[in-house]
Amino acid sequence: MSKHLIDFIDISKSYDGSLVLDELNLYIRENEFLTLLGPSGCGKTTTLRLLGGFETPDQGRILFDGEDITNLPANERKLNTVFQKYSLFPHMSIAENIAFGLKISKKSKAYINDKIKYALKLVNLDGFENRSVDSLSGGQQQRIAIARAIVNEPKVLLLDEPLGALDLKLRQNMQYELMRLKEELGITFVYVTHDQEEALTMSDTIVVMNQGYIQQIGTPEMIYNEPENAFVADFIGHSNIIDGVMLDDRLVEILGVKMPCVDEGFGKNKPVDVVIRPEDVELVDPADGYMEGDVTSLIFKGVHYELDVMANGYEWLVHTTKHVPVGTHVGIRVTPFNIQIMHKPESSDEKAVEIDE
Amino acid sequence: MVKKCASRLYMFLIFLFLYLPIIVLIILSFNNSKTRVVWGGFTLDWYKSCFQDEKIMSAFLTTIQITFLSAILSTLIGTLAAIGISAMKKRQQTIYLGATNIPLLNADIVTGISMMLLFVKFMDLGFVTVLVAHITFSIPYVILNVLPKLKACNRSTYEAALDLGASPLYAFYKVTWPEIRPGVFSGFMMAITMSLDDFSITYFTKGPGVNTLSTMLYTELKKGIKPELYALSTILFFAVLFILLLGNVLPQKKAQRALSKQQKDL
Repeated sequence: MSKHLIDFIDISKSYDGSLVLDELNLYIRENEFLTLLGPSGCGKTTTLRLLGGFETPDQGRILFDGEDITNLPANERKLNTVFQKYSLFPHMSIAENIAFGLKISKKSKAYINDKIKYALKLVNLDGFENRSVDSLSGGQQQRIAIARAIVNEPKVLLLDEPLGALDLKLRQNMQYELMRLKEELGITFVYVTHDQEEALTMSDTIVVMNQGYIQQIGTPEMIYNEPENAFVADFIGHSNIIDGVMLDDRLVEILGVKMPCVDEGFGKNKPVDVVIRPEDVELVDPADGYMEGDVTSLIFKGVHYELDVMANGYEWLVHTTKHVPVGTHVGIRVTPFNIQIMHKPESSDEKAVEIDE
Repeated sequence: MVKKCASRLYMFLIFLFLYLPIIVLIILSFNNSKTRVVWGGFTLDWYKSCFQDEKIMSAFLTTIQITFLSAILSTLIGTLAAIGISAMKKRQQTIYLGATNIPLLNADIVTGISMMLLFVKFMDLGFVTVLVAHITFSIPYVILNVLPKLKACNRSTYEAALDLGASPLYAFYKVTWPEIRPGVFSGFMMAITMSLDDFSITYFTKGPGVNTLSTMLYTELKKGIKPELYALSTILFFAVLFILLLGNVLPQKKAQRALSKQQKDL
């Protein structure tokens, strides 16, 4: 793909003695939609704030286009941020808000007016120039915040959980809008969220973080289908994560049952974590399955039913479109391709794994 | 109906109790008689001679100077202090706020005496010492007025301004200042009233020859009550009332105007 635009080199940061980022290494390519994904407190927002220039790292360097910007103040960086709480200037009109950055860079009046019109059109809010900030809904305010950032033509747009405060329907609409914007502007987006669905929908690359460490970097498909460890698997949607033993290449034993799979090279009789997505569990006749069990709960979720099936002492999470009443005796089957084998984390207390690219 | 009347009467009595002494003072200031017990007809003579009295006028001038200088300086220092405090961590904030609030909670007389003891060690008592004392006790009022505004105004708007290329000073002026301005203004008004109002601290920190209106009134009263002093007190009362109204009504009017403007926009 294209060249590195931003490099984080050995970045560490702590607040009040507690380490938030520990020797983080990460690069961001030009024109990529990169998402930092993780639970709260994982260091994703800190990473973004370091990039925006609102924090300085305790150690390490940040390169932008090959140039060291570690100690460059926020107002001199060629990137703009869309904040979590919109942060529009309440005493200014919408037009004044959008023009703020342009006025500072001393653009002509005609240019500024054109840009305001263009930006409002881009975020589907034409004619809002003279409205006051308070008269807008949350979704509209967020779109103005985006407009205010992009009129400055930054090379990188940073978005800090911009959709967090919006309701579900609006959030989904905004996801499509953001993807469209990304296409039209052709710039790099760095997006921070704790919402895995949002990350999977929009990103080119997802960086899964936990407790200051990067857990996995990859495309949405890679992260979803081949999680590197149990944390990633669990964070990206609920999964069945089961202790297992890799008996041989392409043969794993879980819950006392041998199952064929497609993974190789783990060695013989090696303990592993086995991930099976709930939608990959097939419910069949008791006689045809690897193991037998009983349905213990059934919840209607709209697109599918969410079932709990107790089998061989493990409560399986199953997504299916069939209606299977509670108490039904069923068999469980999984196609070899859908069984994902992962190494056990080496330290038991912290499942964080540092990955050096 | 009866209940309403009773509650009104009750209110009236409370206000009467609160304001009767001042009303008596105001009436006496227009009384054309040297004694307090006889009404000798309406006159403005006391006001006239009050403005001709040299002692009163010089005290008046000193008061104006002290009040405005101390209000301006304490507003400046207090606002900067509030900005600093708001940027601190929680624990530090509590400590610093507690420290700045001590002059507020301390008995005036204790503050006055302790300041006098400090000042005489280093300089002669006079105009400057009174001014410093007034600035000192006004600062906490300014901080208490500005700090809530700073807290209400989201720190991320300031960061957003920086992000859009504004220098820290420009960001403060364009984004933070408009949000805290009402607080700074009411802090300024508070400092004026506090300074105008103060007697005990001024009394201890002023040197010989320097008099504000309140200390001048006190020394004059010891010599016997002159009707000019009623006139002066009345003027003082209305001046403070006016400033208080200005401080309270103006921001509200502004808020109303902003609100109606918004409704028009919609």
